[in-house]
Amino acid sequence: MLHYLKNEIDAGTEPKINVEISSVSRRGILGGLLAGTGLVLAARFTPAGAAEHLKPYPTAGLSMPSGVVSDPHIFIAIEPDGALTIVTHRSEMGTGIRTSLPMVVADEMGADWSRVKLVQAPGDEPKYGNQDTDGSRSMRHFIQPMRQCGAAMRQMLEMAAAAKWNVDVSLCHARNHEVALLDKNKKETGKVFSFGELAEAAMTVPVPAPETILYKSPSEFTYMGKGEVQMADLHNITTGKATYGADVRLPNMKYAVIARPAVVSGKIKSYDASAALKVPGVEAVHEIEGVFSVPRKFHQLGGIAVVANSTYAAMQGRDALTIEWDNGPNASYDTDAYTAELSATAAKPGKVIRNQGDPDAAFAKAKDVVTAEYHGRHIAQAPMEPLVAIARIVDGKAEVWSSVQSPYGARKDIADALKMPIEDVTVHVTLLGGGFGRKSKWDFMLETALLSQKMGGAPVLLQWTREDDIQHAFYHTTSVERIEVALDEAGKVSGWRHRTVAPSIVSTFKQDDGYQFPIEYGMGFVDMPFDIPNVRCENGQAMAHTRIGWYRSVANIPRAFAVQSMVAEVAAKLGRDPKDFLLEMIGPDREIDPKKAGFPEEFWNYGEPYEQFPINTARLKNVVRVAAEKAGWGKKLPARQGLGIAAHRSFASYVASVVHVAIDDDGTIRVPHVTSAIDCGFHVNPERIRSQMEGAAVMGMSNALYSGITFKNGAVEQSNFTDYEVARMSNFPQKVSVHIIEADWAVHAGGVGEPGVPPFAPALANAIFAATGKRLRNMPMGEKIA
Amino acid sequence: MSSITINGEVREFSGDPNMPLLWYVRDMLNLTGTKFGCGAGVCGACTVHLDGVAVRSCQTTVGEAAGKSVTTIEGLSPDGEHPVQKAWRKINVPQCGYCQAGQIMQAASLLASNQSPSDGEITEAMTGNICRCGCYQRIHEAIRLAAGGV
Repeated sequence: MLHYLKNEIDAGTEPKINVEISSVSRRGILGGLLAGTGLVLAARFTPAGAAEHLKPYPTAGLSMPSGVVSDPHIFIAIEPDGALTIVTHRSEMGTGIRTSLPMVVADEMGADWSRVKLVQAPGDEPKYGNQDTDGSRSMRHFIQPMRQCGAAMRQMLEMAAAAKWNVDVSLCHARNHEVALLDKNKKETGKVFSFGELAEAAMTVPVPAPETILYKSPSEFTYMGKGEVQMADLHNITTGKATYGADVRLPNMKYAVIARPAVVSGKIKSYDASAALKVPGVEAVHEIEGVFSVPRKFHQLGGIAVVANSTYAAMQGRDALTIEWDNGPNASYDTDAYTAELSATAAKPGKVIRNQGDPDAAFAKAKDVVTAEYHGRHIAQAPMEPLVAIARIVDGKAEVWSSVQSPYGARKDIADALKMPIEDVTVHVTLLGGGFGRKSKWDFMLETALLSQKMGGAPVLLQWTREDDIQHAFYHTTSVERIEVALDEAGKVSGWRHRTVAPSIVSTFKQDDGYQFPIEYGMGFVDMPFDIPNVRCENGQAMAHTRIGWYRSVANIPRAFAVQSMVAEVAAKLGRDPKDFLLEMIGPDREIDPKKAGFPEEFWNYGEPYEQFPINTARLKNVVRVAAEKAGWGKKLPARQGLGIAAHRSFASYVASVVHVAIDDDGTIRVPHVTSAIDCGFHVNPERIRSQMEGAAVMGMSNALYSGITFKNGAVEQSNFTDYEVARMSNFPQKVSVHIIEADWAVHAGGVGEPGVPPFAPALANAIFAATGKRLRNMPMGEKIA
Repeated sequence: MSSITINGEVREFSGDPNMPLLWYVRDMLNLTGTKFGCGAGVCGACTVHLDGVAVRSCQTTVGEAAGKSVTTIEGLSPDGEHPVQKAWRKINVPQCGYCQAGQIMQAASLLASNQSPSDGEITEAMTGNICRCGCYQRIHEAIRLAAGGV
């Protein structure tokens, strides 16, 4: 997300696929796979275990700062005893990526996973490639470089063995942490070298050029696609030994909390810390200056830090502070008034972002028009681990430990804030107790580093409380999505007009003009895939009055809710089956032509080159059919029960969900079963895809029924899980059945972490309608229905 | 001066008796397996056992724990082989893992008092423990597995 943002904001001059690869090559490092595009070289030899040349394809990973890196010397170390260390450079926040990417390396190497030790990379993108872990991109961008890295290492081991045996390398076959010597018939002779025995020699073999690398064929995979490798941290998680942001202990470490302005851009007029300093255990109070220039980016809000010998004492000290605030320009932000404003704006024409055909004429000639508005509230990411970081500065070198999604971006800003060269700043990455986008924004790390600096470099742990987390997030936007559908004489959909009005993420990065930008337009708005001749997508102005950021699935949440609810509303109006009507709306199997469909010139396709990751309606329809069939679509259900369906493409993957709703006697909306189908292309860890889809349904339920942030006098009204509710075991989607569409390498890997969330809320709303005849259009809908 | 037995070891505490047990075990004893989630007793991430029964350590003061026995996730089993821990691994319950120590301590407390809980009893016992990643389906399954014998 971050680097996409940068690209989008600086758009216009830079080529999309830039020169990162060549600059990587200059450093003697194997670049990405793009370097080999179009080269078809005959295989010089064919080791028995590696049968395929893979045609590389470009991804947006190549156009990011530092691009991708695949050099085995960066990611792999083998000890003489065979212990294999693999560096994992993406942040682990629950997707399993810390396991899945190294597993790919190990599989291509022919290594034994039980001998793998993982090392988490610090924030160092020039060395490891991009580390900004969000946007459901880790597998999408790193499956190729990690396969390349592992396969190259395998060939280096085989070449080292060939030299030792003085045979042709085609007679050397790596498997099970050894290289076996083959006879002329490619049968094993019984002679082997262990990886440990070969380690030193293998590391001096030149890294093979990309076009000479042979990859395992799927039938040779040991770990990929099997779902049998457990999460690397599983045992430590179950025994309390796993290390999260607050679990690092430094000698003489202090604990701190900060009192921040209730209203964004609020400033301290005066404060009195004398009572705080009398609290036992409190050692110091420091003002952390806020950054008020626009754009705010991820700079700290500013506030008063209380430093103590325990977190408890620091919190008590904070309670004893007296602070007078100037609430500043956002003090009138009020959710009720603002929502009314959004609604009024949505009723008027906005800036045209997509135009296809002649929608004005279609609406003028329409026999009937269906209009609906769908509302969404701000959402706080609220990961279970509240924000936390630890910092110290020793001999002019700063070290920061944190559970952060973007360690390198954080490192750069910390260096700036401390006025230190980046080489003197280290950012260590712990496990993340959830992230959901909040931990891509490193304001809390800047606070911690600045506080340590004020303390003369002393080690300090800065803990955010849950109240801090809920009241000082970078919020998911609040939105009105208004859709009008024109029906012609024959009852066919002849026109589609969608207006989106919502404060934009881009307001965090540049002077706000109230309009959204291509990244938000590309998330389920202009990329609406229906076969409708006349389409217009418009954006109305909405100024931001708080910090807007991204939250798992981002703008796809309100868009999928609106678009997929509207399909079912029109189906109901026409008396059609919602699933059949959805398939009809998607229309014939095709790759949508963005030009013919009137997409904007700067159409954003999750950053990906469109020809590699096109919108494929056959794949979308397939997940609809699979989910419907597996859910028993059309089956008879008792009164007050119903099925709803929704499908959505996001992050280059396709998901359809069927939600089965059962309304309790007291009106509680319950979900006994969700059936989801996901087509995320080539994939390696189906077990973790299932867990992501199960979790997406639960988070989808939180979004749909429970979670909403509102503002009054510029301040957030909620403070903890008491008034900012999320799904609990008392009411959650009780069974989620996940069907993963099989795909070979030719179908490029798509995202997994986010695409499961968007279809849930509309499928739920459609199921509620099927069960009760009531149409709910405002998220959160509440737990009960009358 | 308060005396508390923590994971079998007697500890003397001379500070503010109103300090929540959570911060005592984390900041003073460096037992970091117990997690801070909400500080209000509404998420369950900080669950420990007080004389064998699950409590929220953010809502239990050191003074209240004086003279009693506290078990944290580190002390649940010397080798991580408590049936609940084993079931958790067998089902691959965690995603990010942050809330799991609290979930496991809550589940272990449930099974200590009720060896074969019904689905409703599992739900009732576990509904105070939030998992934002959404592992509830597997938590439920793992508790049934642990109850049946792993």
